[in-house]
Amino acid sequence: MNGADTAFVLISAALVMLMTPGLAFFYGGMVRVKSALNMLMMSFISLGIVTVLWVLYGYSLAFGDDIGGGLLGGFDHIGLKGIRPETLTGGKEGIPVFAFALFQLMFAVITPALMSGALADRVKFSAWAVFIALWVTIVYFPVAHWVWQADGWLFKLKVIDFAGGTAVHINAGIGALAAVLVVGKRIGFKKDPMRPHSLPLVMLGAGLLWFGWFGFNAGSALAANGTAANMALNTQVATGAAMLGWLVYERVRHGAFTTLGAASGAVAGLVAITPSGAAVNAFGAVLIGLVAGSVCAWAVGIKFKLGFDDSLDVVGVHLVGGVIGTLLVGLLATDGVGGLTQLGRQATGAFAVMAYSFVASWLLAKLVDRTIGLRAAEDDELAGIDQAFHAETAYDFSAVGAISATRGGGHPAGPGHAQDDRDRDDQSGTQDKKANKKVDA
Amino acid sequence: MKLITAVVKPHMVDEIKAALRTSGVRGMTVSEASGSGRQRGHTEVYRGAEYTVDLVPKIRIEVLAEDGDADTVVDVIVKAARSGDQGKIGDGKVWVVPVETVVRVRTGERGPDAL
Repeated sequence: MNGADTAFVLISAALVMLMTPGLAFFYGGMVRVKSALNMLMMSFISLGIVTVLWVLYGYSLAFGDDIGGGLLGGFDHIGLKGIRPETLTGGKEGIPVFAFALFQLMFAVITPALMSGALADRVKFSAWAVFIALWVTIVYFPVAHWVWQADGWLFKLKVIDFAGGTAVHINAGIGALAAVLVVGKRIGFKKDPMRPHSLPLVMLGAGLLWFGWFGFNAGSALAANGTAANMALNTQVATGAAMLGWLVYERVRHGAFTTLGAASGAVAGLVAITPSGAAVNAFGAVLIGLVAGSVCAWAVGIKFKLGFDDSLDVVGVHLVGGVIGTLLVGLLATDGVGGLTQLGRQATGAFAVMAYSFVASWLLAKLVDRTIGLRAAEDDELAGIDQAFHAETAYDFSAVGAISATRGGGHPAGPGHAQDDRDRDDQSGTQDKKANKKVDA
Repeated sequence: MKLITAVVKPHMVDEIKAALRTSGVRGMTVSEASGSGRQRGHTEVYRGAEYTVDLVPKIRIEVLAEDGDADTVVDVIVKAARSGDQGKIGDGKVWVVPVETVVRVRTGERGPDAL
């Protein structure tokens, strides 16, 4: 076992884990106040659902021995069966399979979460939970197998996807588009102002994503070596360049350098360098970043022309950015790899994932919609789905308006605690009254 | 008694408050408001989607005064709320309405004694 590599992959796994809460903030800040919590939860819940599915059967479907044709892993590692702490991947000098499985789990967690941005403000939370469980099972686990398992058909085709341009970003981007077509537009799309409620949250989320993405990209080397270092450097370079590309486009087109543009440009650059960063040099990374930033800045406007409500631009950033990175590496790859042959392989990989993910995601969204219903009730959507599905309000700036529904009622605690509870309730009751008084005066 | 209501630019509030205190006014209620008058709003852009924000942030100041003091209070507010010598569009408005009665909650005093 290689201790340095193992330590690096374990730390990278933790970095990638942080990306999902980061994504939650990135998306959460972009929606209106009334559905901010739901947006956070749509990402965060993936850390629960996908984690459990991954150890039950996800790892086995993605990285178990191929069942034929490079399409899917077998059931030999159900419940991580047959893997022990000392089981290694990558030969005698490799890393524990547990470290690899944990690292790959984080990719499986964030990919469905990426789609949530397209469905902001209008999806039943329970239906979303069912959808992502189905989606990772039918779409993500197989596609991860195609791209990263040594017997996967895209892997054998020599498609370069170092850290997930196809399996993660194209996959989530096109899946989000399919889901949007099933769910439909938000009430008031293109008519009502839908301003982001907190750009500082968006920037915080983008910062956490950028930070975590070093684990996502460099960690995908699965070793603390030169490839990881090159990938880490290019991750930084392309992201910086993409932010500049987006901001310049915006300044020319719309007259301002926006905070949202800086955050979005950075994410577009991260997406585009994900498949490509280990195969290009620093100049290639600058070029990929500039192209991704400026093209994505343009692409986020397409939805208004075509009329699909990809609310937070998952298609415009992740699908478009993923395709840019996946195709450009075909041309820009160093060491004599880049060229038209490789470009053809890259296009095949991108198209295969797009076609499969679009069809499967559409069918799954339809299935959920026809059975339990995917769309929230109109009244709930108008009032804000935070209250309908989470029974909470994101921000409480007011001392009035809420009373304790359990005050004076039954207490769940045992008889020994009942008196204490009542005392505490009485106190809080007095405080409530005081607060009300202050406001009235 | 009169209720004097002023809707003014947010950054003028401290000056108005100080001027009112100097002129002897002790109580006031200040709240955040948004509104539109002759002042035009502004345009914001989010990922290329442009929104015209036509309700501008304002501060509403409410002061209760005796009939004879109302004009003075209005003058004090208007003077402090005006930008420069000429004033600018968006400086706000002040208006006065009659008040039937006022009660101080603590003592139950009514009328001018409660002011």
